[in-house]
Amino acid sequence: MMPAETFYEAVRRSGVSRRDFLRFCATTAAFLGLEGTVLPQIVNALETQKRPPIYWLNFAACSCCSESLIKSSHPLASEALLGVISMDYMETIQAAAGYQAEEIARNGMKENFGNYILAVEGSVPTADGGIYCTVGGRTAIESLTEAAKGAKAILCVGSCSSFGCVTVAKPNPTGCQPIHKLITDKPVINIPGCPPIPEVIMGTIVHLVTFGSLPVLDRLQRPRVFYGQRIHDKCYRRAFFDAGMFVENFDDEGARKGWCLYKVGCRGPVTYNACSVTKWNEGTSFPIQSGHPCLGCSEPDYWDRNPLYQHVADVPLPGFATADTIGGIFAGGVAAATVAHMVASTVKKATHKDAPQETTASGKEE
Amino acid sequence: MSQRIVVDPITRIEGHLRIQAVVGDDKVVSDASSTSALFRGIEIILKGRDPREAWALAERICGVCTLVHAVTSVRAVEDALGIVIPKNANLIRNQMMATLQVHDHVVHFYHLHALDWVDVVSALKADPKATSDLAQKISKWPKSSTGYFTDTQNKLKKFVESGQLGIFANGYWGHPAYKLPPEANLMAVAHYLEMLAWQKEIVKIHAIFGGKNPHPNLIVGGVPCAINPNHPDAINIDKLSLVKSKIDEAIEVVEQVYLPDLMAIASFYKDWAKWGAGLSNKGIMDYGDFPTVPGDKKSDRWKGGAILNGNLKEVFEIDPRDPEQVQEFVAHSWYEYSGGDKKGYHPWDGETMPKYSGPKPPWEFLEMSDKYSWMKAPRWRGHAMEGGPLSRILLAYAQGDEEVKSYVDEALKTLDVPLEAVYSTLGRTLARALETKRAVYLMKKLHEDLVANIKAGDYQTANTEKWEPETWPKTELKGVGTYAAPRGALAHWVKIKDRKISNYQAVVATTWNGSPKDPTGQHGPFEASLIGTPIHDPQKPLEILRTIHSFDPCLACSTHVLDAQGNEIVQVEVQ
Repeated sequence: MMPAETFYEAVRRSGVSRRDFLRFCATTAAFLGLEGTVLPQIVNALETQKRPPIYWLNFAACSCCSESLIKSSHPLASEALLGVISMDYMETIQAAAGYQAEEIARNGMKENFGNYILAVEGSVPTADGGIYCTVGGRTAIESLTEAAKGAKAILCVGSCSSFGCVTVAKPNPTGCQPIHKLITDKPVINIPGCPPIPEVIMGTIVHLVTFGSLPVLDRLQRPRVFYGQRIHDKCYRRAFFDAGMFVENFDDEGARKGWCLYKVGCRGPVTYNACSVTKWNEGTSFPIQSGHPCLGCSEPDYWDRNPLYQHVADVPLPGFATADTIGGIFAGGVAAATVAHMVASTVKKATHKDAPQETTASGKEE
Repeated sequence: MSQRIVVDPITRIEGHLRIQAVVGDDKVVSDASSTSALFRGIEIILKGRDPREAWALAERICGVCTLVHAVTSVRAVEDALGIVIPKNANLIRNQMMATLQVHDHVVHFYHLHALDWVDVVSALKADPKATSDLAQKISKWPKSSTGYFTDTQNKLKKFVESGQLGIFANGYWGHPAYKLPPEANLMAVAHYLEMLAWQKEIVKIHAIFGGKNPHPNLIVGGVPCAINPNHPDAINIDKLSLVKSKIDEAIEVVEQVYLPDLMAIASFYKDWAKWGAGLSNKGIMDYGDFPTVPGDKKSDRWKGGAILNGNLKEVFEIDPRDPEQVQEFVAHSWYEYSGGDKKGYHPWDGETMPKYSGPKPPWEFLEMSDKYSWMKAPRWRGHAMEGGPLSRILLAYAQGDEEVKSYVDEALKTLDVPLEAVYSTLGRTLARALETKRAVYLMKKLHEDLVANIKAGDYQTANTEKWEPETWPKTELKGVGTYAAPRGALAHWVKIKDRKISNYQAVVATTWNGSPKDPTGQHGPFEASLIGTPIHDPQKPLEILRTIHSFDPCLACSTHVLDAQGNEIVQVEVQ
């Protein structure tokens, strides 16, 4: 068997020119928010490193994260599975089955001990000895514990492995746990979202491949580059929030004019994700753009925070109103802007506890 | 001496499925069991919640069928509350559903099933010129030149030589049951890659109407997207044009890639019309779907019903409300019933008490005479039933659907096989392709209807009269929603009391198809379909994968908990 090829060799053989490769490196740098001066470093890293093996384990999951991954449309992403990374185990799409599939994981993890990336989709049921999820007769807990030993880093793809998502929603009947509660001696990167945006999954992997180090993480272990801003901060409907112009009911006049969805339950103001920047399905849309409030799916415990269609906070406004009433009073009115600024700053204050506090621990913050 | 074969995990499916089979000296499967190895308890979690948000949680039952459970859930809640959705909402939901049908089937064929028939490694030996001739003979798809297939082959060659085979590692390459010539294998590998890139395009229709895919958004009473031809942020001509272009692409892909490939590959595997019939000629069912008139089952474009013993002359009506029809059993499932293991419960009255009684993990074998799965065993009037594209195609055929009849007759003629050949692994795979053709032309029709309705001045997308819970009675309400899901018959049953969900249950496609035995010992469809199949090499049971994959199993949906009135877990949850 020939020595494993580098990322550069892989993309070259898949028909990409050197020029396009360099353009990809530049795009990646820009996408990761990096200065142009690090470009040679990226090029060098991609030219000299072999494709990193990834073992993708599915536990208590619905596979929406796998489905999201294969919809990645960022440059070269359609080649990702065959070129950028070496997806050595991924039950949803791999050719091998049964014993032959298990063999790949077992042998591969031994050969690449200390050097592979472990991706986990789904949370891990821990009640009653873990019997609620078994693969090959072994419990998810057992598989995870063993696979984690030789992993360089663990990518928790999706809200289930990051925070638990639906599986831990009350009353959590199978005792599901997110990965960081079970594995404490390895770097864990959370890539939450139900599912995460495909380019966010790929972007995090490309960062690891490129620099061989973790991206800067927030206090919830999310890559700051993708989760550093609230949906609300970049929402194109923000102007209507600031102007106090709200959708009061689905399909009302405001809805048909694209007004702010805050009052029908939008969690954009308390949700950190890239939806309003990167958008979904190659920039086609994102939930708010298609008229539905943000569910806040990349935040911990989002199913149990409050009813979905009740907006996140009745923000008290000085003196006379709440956010519930200002729409009615000021919608379209000239005084809206003044009040809206109060709303905005009060919301900010009220949600401050949700803001990611960047850690200064080594490896997590420059 | 007989031997036991275990395939766990069954890969290239959604979720965790284990198959155990018993093979005799004659190398033929004499018994088989299907085990769902995951249990999440979504229905328990749904209890006590606002019925308007049930769709979002229920949608997370599956990230592959994605929209499927969301639609079924809003239908159940709307049924309970007596809400009729507007015409546009019905058209948009139908459009999203048809989109899903097409996406799901294409991905299933190329990425989850094809490698059972296509030997990737053999493609390296192909003559690209001969591949090009073959491709041009069967289709007018433009990517078919010698140069194109030479490039694909070189890519594949270098990939194999890289020493990192990734997702293709350890497949059953070189297995004598692979029958395609290298040229056909190369063509199929090229299309595997093309379709991987294409499948992300069609779901943009979900993004337009539902904000994203996977897991697009819906609302009880309609759809969340607003229509306004004169506003940049609503459904306008720009958005509708994007939808139209994706439909046009989909028609080309299905007509010029999927169907020709399927027919070409099937022609080499006609012996697979002999195996895998299972229950397809004993009991098939579907609820029907794509209503023309919102809320009126009778207006379904795809008709539902049940057929027993392959008698296409008699189609029985399915009533999901009738307590005698759909029932679930737990004789071989890791649950207990207060009425004992022989009793069946209709979902509105069902109870679920998970009770694991299998061996302590790690284990090697499960005993088929004991309980062995997290799936229950749903039955229709006591019959184990198969659902999915084959069932629907047969139901349409039996009920005189001219469009479907022409598709089926033409395909059978091309392959030169009789109608009975469809009761098989091959037939199941063929039916899925024919259903995709049906779905893609339905998309076109739905788009024309939507545009015409908007042109007529109707912009309404939601009925919000009963949006506020204060408008609902506090008494107990019951509702059921059904759906012709890609994998088969799906229904959710909901009970609402004091404006909260008091009971929520889903009996899903893969529970029907992957069910364990019931108290009378009747096998579920997966199990029945394997019995009688010859296995060339028990170490490499490619034949098991072929038949199981022909159903397109989706396990996350099959592993749920039903209502458990009076059950302790539920009491804890309600508090």
